[in-house]
Amino acid sequence: MTKRKTCGYFIPYGLWLGLFVIAPVALIVYQSFFSLDHHVTLANYATYFQSGVYLKMTLNSVWYAFLITLFTGLISYPTAYVLRQLKHRQFWLLLVILPTWINILLKAYAFIGIFSQDGVANSFLRFIGIGPQQLLFTNASFIFVATYIQIPFMILPIYNSLADLNPAYINASLDLGATRWQTFYRVIFPLTLPGVKAGVQAVFIPSLSLFMLTRLIGGNKVITLGTAIEEHFLTTMNWGMGSTIGVVLIVAMIIVMQLTNDHSGRSSQ
Amino acid sequence: MKKLSRVYLVLVFIVLYLPILYLIAYSFSQGTTMTNYHGFTWQHYRDLFADPRMLAIVADTLLVALLSSLIATLIGTLGALSIHRTSKRVTRDVLLSLNNILMVSPDVIIGASFLIFFTTLKVPLGFTSVLLSHIAFEIPIVVLMILPRLREMSPSLLCAAADLGATTRQQLNKIIIPFITPGIMAGFFMALTYSLDDFAVTFFVTGNGFSTLSVEIYSRARQGINLEINALSGVMFIFSLLLVGGYYLLQQGNAKRRQRSQEAAQ
Amino acid sequence: MKRLISLVIGLLAICGLLAYTGNRLQRSSGDSGSKVLNLYNWGDYIDPSLLSKFQRETGYHVNVETFDSNEAMFTKLKQGGTHYDLTVPSDYMVSKLKQAHLLQPIDRHRLTGMQNYDPRFLNQSFDRHNRYSIPYFWGTLGIIYNDRYIRPGTLTHWSQLWSPKYRHQIMLVDSARDILGMALVERGESMNTTNPQTLLAATHRLDQLSPNVKAIVADEIKMYMIQDEAAIAVDWSGEAAEMLASNSHLHYVVPKEGSNLWFDNLVIPKSAQHYQAIYAFLNFMNRPENAAQNAEYIGYATPNAKAKALLPRSVRNDRQFYPDDATIRHLQVYRNRPTV
Repeated sequence: MTKRKTCGYFIPYGLWLGLFVIAPVALIVYQSFFSLDHHVTLANYATYFQSGVYLKMTLNSVWYAFLITLFTGLISYPTAYVLRQLKHRQFWLLLVILPTWINILLKAYAFIGIFSQDGVANSFLRFIGIGPQQLLFTNASFIFVATYIQIPFMILPIYNSLADLNPAYINASLDLGATRWQTFYRVIFPLTLPGVKAGVQAVFIPSLSLFMLTRLIGGNKVITLGTAIEEHFLTTMNWGMGSTIGVVLIVAMIIVMQLTNDHSGRSSQ
Repeated sequence: MKKLSRVYLVLVFIVLYLPILYLIAYSFSQGTTMTNYHGFTWQHYRDLFADPRMLAIVADTLLVALLSSLIATLIGTLGALSIHRTSKRVTRDVLLSLNNILMVSPDVIIGASFLIFFTTLKVPLGFTSVLLSHIAFEIPIVVLMILPRLREMSPSLLCAAADLGATTRQQLNKIIIPFITPGIMAGFFMALTYSLDDFAVTFFVTGNGFSTLSVEIYSRARQGINLEINALSGVMFIFSLLLVGGYYLLQQGNAKRRQRSQEAAQ
Repeated sequence: MKRLISLVIGLLAICGLLAYTGNRLQRSSGDSGSKVLNLYNWGDYIDPSLLSKFQRETGYHVNVETFDSNEAMFTKLKQGGTHYDLTVPSDYMVSKLKQAHLLQPIDRHRLTGMQNYDPRFLNQSFDRHNRYSIPYFWGTLGIIYNDRYIRPGTLTHWSQLWSPKYRHQIMLVDSARDILGMALVERGESMNTTNPQTLLAATHRLDQLSPNVKAIVADEIKMYMIQDEAAIAVDWSGEAAEMLASNSHLHYVVPKEGSNLWFDNLVIPKSAQHYQAIYAFLNFMNRPENAAQNAEYIGYATPNAKAKALLPRSVRNDRQFYPDDATIRHLQVYRNRPTV
């Protein structure tokens, strides 16, 4: 393939990178060096790394993003796997995407209704004999709703990897005496790893900066970096500090990307 | 095993659709908010169709969503192709990191930076700025959805094609694009989701009378979201369901026809 | 490949159709032309039927755009690129906008009906002599409680919120300034104090409250309280009015120590263009029958005394939302923190 052709494809994407990624990031980095009274300073970074509050928020963000990604994956993989075997699978796949087109705030309000003291969820718990529970403002309900929102982003890439898995591989593995579990673990899963990885990135990265659900469903019991940035930009109007946290988030994302990349690089070779 | 998996799938779908059914159920309630069901009425639907401002907003929202997703998918596909072709590992890593930056940055930061960007460049705020921003934050997810398909494509396929004398363009049209089509479709749909859900970025970069559904819904939260919005969600949901169903039937029909003509040719 | 291309063409066709319908709809609601007024308002914060009445009377079509927080609106006005004729900031934001030179003075000679306003709500610290702003709605910060959990009349002071018996029962509104203000007032300090020691003491006082706090939420607090999710909430009177309308077990009190008095105000941003329309609209909204209709639709308290007189007796005599003079004297208006 000629070099020139490749360059041709790259132009629109490169233009986007330059205008809408590099320029804003430069702006954010620039702003992160300004204090509230418009002086150039490193104080924002000092505050960030010296205060236990921000470091704890960082840990919270990473931990919850990890949990959300984990649960999303655990639910999505089997779903995609079953979907693949269905007759009208394209149609069912579209049905998985469809709920994402309803506004997220409305869905969150619906969940507030469902999880309330007299809501559907508690009626169900009463029905099966557990009795009503305080569901709202718990970590469980927050993670549940966040997982709910993210599921389609995980199912789609995994499904795409599974969809054209050559059945001959599976048959061969079974013929060679591998159990179903071994076949899955040794053959199917490694072959779908690129899809899983894409799904993990599509879920984990946005989850790092989650903010709205932490308030709506979690009652701000856990403060994440997303919430902190939101506060700094919209309440205290301290854009410098907000940008600093933004820079930290970007760096955290790059580190996580490197970790997952190296890992998969080794295992696929 | 088969039964168990069916039960599992049904469960997943129940959870996926529960909040939406809840929303739609309340769109028929006589009350004014999403608490305490008050008995059946069509009133909110009548209100909705008598509200030209709301309908105009819906049309604008869908226009931005479809158009931006389309363009983002195009640019994202080209981007994924070029990322995939870079042989240097470092370059690829840098490109991928840059690609994901907009996904990790909270919407307020993106919105505020885009606003500064547009006002500095004197781009008028309104349809154009909203469209450009939506394209911008949709591209990364498209790239993410397409890349795994490209990785799964075996290089021997392309070598074989090249050996058989296929030009670059032929390789692209006949082999690569068909193979990554599922990824492209996934990217398009996820871009659509991003666009329909976005509030903060749109809020900052809009102006001059242009508004989207998300901005309208979020700014109504202070007064309490009224059930007209629920009715609207109901209509949009039924509409997309019909669209998805229709599209699927059409495709099925096409596939059958193709099969039959193939059989006839043999 | 063919399939993809036909899909793209199909989508483009749909886009064309949408652009056409959107345009038609906007034109049918009289959007284009020069006889317009661009109003930048909180979502659903004006009775839409008043807008059509205004258009029938004057011929000006009102384009409404919406925002969801004072600060977000400030950012938009500051960055420019927009041409809003009127917007509705809260009290402290009026002075912030003024300090940033983003407002235009209101020409008193072109105004009618200013005498309809209750003088208690004019000439406030954030805008002396109402040079830049006209009050739109006003209210207080207070406590909402549910009489299924708390005996009516027993909760009258902020300090009671710290009582161990309300453990894990209180919902706070997600507004740093209001919650800090509450802690300051509880200690008998000014809500506008800038003394670091006093502020630090207030934060410590708030730390002590945290075992009682069930959640810190924003607009959704209404839905939670209506669903009996918590016994007590600290929130603004406007929000409280909505809750009380949907759940008869809820009550609103302005605590005895005093509280915040807030105003949302109509102001003219620097970038305004349609002055004829602006003054026509301000005068239209000053008229008692229109202000009263708006107050009934929104459910907030109107500063227009003549309009208040037109409201149903049950509303106008409701001490929860139109507190007596003695209570109002105890209230404090936020000042914008000094610019640095």
